[in-house]
Amino acid sequence: MKDNIKKSYLLNIVGILSIYLILKLLIGGNVLNRYHISIVIFICINIILATSLNLATGFLGQLALGHAGFMAVGAYVSAITAVALKSSGLPDTLMLVISLLVAGIFSGIVGIAIGIPALRLRGDYLGIITLGFGEVIRVIINNMKSITGGAQGFTGIPRIANFDNVFWITIIVVGILYALTHSRQGRAIISIREDEIASEAVGIQTTKYKVLGFAIAAFFAGIGGGLYAHHLAFLDPKTFGFMKSVEILVIVVLGGMGSLTGSIIAAIILTILPEALREFANYRMLIYSFILVVMMIFRPQGIFGTKEFSLSSFLHKLRYNQIISPRKEIKGDE
Amino acid sequence: MAILQTTELAIQFGGLRAVDNFNISINEHELVGLIGPNGAGKTTIFNMLTGVYRPTEGDIKLDGVSIVGKKPYEIVKQGAARTFQNIRLFKNLSVIDNIKIAYHNEMKYSTLEGIFRTKRYWKEEKKAHQESLDFLKIFDMQDYANTLAKNLPYGKQRKLEIARGLATNPKILMLDEPAAGMNPQETYELMDTIHFIRDKFNITILLIEHDMNLVMGICERIVVVDHGKIIAKGLPEEIKNNPDVIKVYLGE
Ligand SMILES: Nc1ncnc2c1ncn2[C@@H]1O[C@H](COP(=O)(O)OP(=O)(O)OP(=O)(O)O)[C@@H](O)[C@H]1O
Ligand SMILES: [Mg+2]
Repeated sequence: MKDNIKKSYLLNIVGILSIYLILKLLIGGNVLNRYHISIVIFICINIILATSLNLATGFLGQLALGHAGFMAVGAYVSAITAVALKSSGLPDTLMLVISLLVAGIFSGIVGIAIGIPALRLRGDYLGIITLGFGEVIRVIINNMKSITGGAQGFTGIPRIANFDNVFWITIIVVGILYALTHSRQGRAIISIREDEIASEAVGIQTTKYKVLGFAIAAFFAGIGGGLYAHHLAFLDPKTFGFMKSVEILVIVVLGGMGSLTGSIIAAIILTILPEALREFANYRMLIYSFILVVMMIFRPQGIFGTKEFSLSSFLHKLRYNQIISPRKEIKGDE
Repeated sequence: MAILQTTELAIQFGGLRAVDNFNISINEHELVGLIGPNGAGKTTIFNMLTGVYRPTEGDIKLDGVSIVGKKPYEIVKQGAARTFQNIRLFKNLSVIDNIKIAYHNEMKYSTLEGIFRTKRYWKEEKKAHQESLDFLKIFDMQDYANTLAKNLPYGKQRKLEIARGLATNPKILMLDEPAAGMNPQETYELMDTIHFIRDKFNITILLIEHDMNLVMGICERIVVVDHGKIIAKGLPEEIKNNPDVIKVYLGE
C-alpha cells in the first residue's frame, strides 16, 4: 500500500512538472503571448477560488454565496500589505507570499467571525446571510476611501504575481486542500455534509468542524483575492459583487460538488470559454448559460460528481482496458 | 453497578408531555428492551439519553456521571452510542469510511499534521484503516469495504449502522428499532448479531423494538411505555402476561 502511495505521489509530481515545463516552453517560444499568460493566471486564481469554495459547499455541504466577499477582503489586505512592504527591498515572490499570508489570515478570521453565528443556520438562510455578508464587505470597501480608494479603485499595487509564482502557489493550495480532505478532519467535514445528526452521534464536534471548514475556505479565498490584486495591480470594489460569488459557485457546481479535480477542470473551461466566445460578443453570455443549462439537465452532479480524477488509476485503467494494445502488455510481461 | 440510570426524566413539547416520570436503571452487560405502541415516546427517550433533546426535568447518569445538558458528541465520548429508527448512514461514502469516521476521536493528529502528512498521520491512519477492516470482518462485511453505503442491501445497512456505533467504543449501545423493515430471516440473523456483539464487546444494550419475537427472544428485561409513562417493567414472561401490556397491545 505504501508503495502505491509513493508511486501516485511520483506520478502526480511528474504530471505537474510536465504541465509546468510545457507552459514554460510555450511562453519562452512566444506561442503564448501576454494575453494568454494572463488567462493562465486567471485560471489559476479561479482554481484557488473554486477549490476553496468547494470545501465549504461541496465537502462541508453549506450553501455559501459570499465567496467574493472573502476574495475582496484578501485582495485589499494583500494590496495594502504589499504597498507597505514596497520600499523594503524584499524579492517579489517573498513579498507576495508575505502579503498573501496576511491576506489569508485576515480573511480566515473574518470567516470565523461570520461562520460562528451564520453556521447555526442552514440551507437558504445560510445562503442569504453569506450573500448579505458579501454585499456588506463591498459597501465597507466603498466607504473606507482613505485606505481602499473607495469607488475610484485602489491603484499602485505592486505587480508581483507572475506565471511562475502563481502556478506553484496554486499547486500548493490544491495540494493542501487535497490532503485536508483525506485526513480525519476532512472526513469529519464530509460527514457533516452527509448527515449532521449522524455525524454528531459518532462523536464529531460538528460546530467546530463547520467553522474550521468555513475558515479554511475563507483563508484560501483571501489568497486567491490577493493573487488577483497582484496580477491586475488595480482593484475596483464593483468586481467583488454577488455575480462574482455566483461565477465561482458555477465553477464548483459544474466540476462537481466535492471534487477538487472537478473544480480544476471546470475552472479551466469556464475561464477559457468566455474568452474564446469573445468574438460572439452579445451571444457570449447566452452560449455560456446554455452550456450550463444543458449540463444541469444531463449531468446535474457535475463533471466529476464527488469523485477525484487520479492519474495513477487512470493509467491503470488505460492498461487493463487494453486501450494500449494488448501485444505491448505481453511484451512487458516477458 | 448501574451503567445507565434515569430519575424522574420528563420532556414537554408545548402542551404535550411526551415522556413523564421515566425511571430506569440498567446494569452493566444487561440486554434491555424498551417497547410500546406508536407514539409512546420511545425515540424521544433515546433522544434525551443521547443529548439530541434536553429533558425539561430529571437526571440521566451514564456510568455515574450526569449527562444532562451535554452535547451528543460529548455523550458519545463518555460511552453511549446509538443507531436511528430511520437509518442514518454517510450514504455517499464507502462502508469503510463510515467506520473510520467513528474512529475520529481515537486518532489524535492535528489539522496541520494531517495536511503535512507527518509520521503520526500515517501511523494513525494506517491503524484506523486496519482496525476498521477488522471491524468489518467481525460483521462479515469485509467484501463490502469499498461499496458506497447507499448501495448496500437494507439489512446490511442496518448492520453497518450498528458497526459504526460500536466503532466509537461505547459502554452502552442503544438501538432504535434495529429490525424495522427486515424480513424474518434478516431479523433472525440480527438477533444473533446482537447477542454476539454484547458478548464480544462486553457492552450493555438497550433496544427499542416493535417485533415481539425479537424482544421476547433476546431481552433479559423489558420496559413498556405508553403515552410517555412506564406501564410495566420485568422479565419477558411477566411482560407477556401483564394485563396492562396486553390491553395496550391488543386494544380493549
Ligand atoms: N420534536 C418534537 N416536537 C414535538 N413533538 C414531538 C417531538 N418529538 C416527538 N414528539 C411527539 O412525542 C411523541 C412520542 O414520539 P416518539 O417518536 O418518541 O414515539 P415512538 O415511541 O418512538 O413511536 P414509534 O414507534 O412510532 O417510533 C409523539 O406524539 C410525537 O409526535
Ligand atoms: Mg420511534
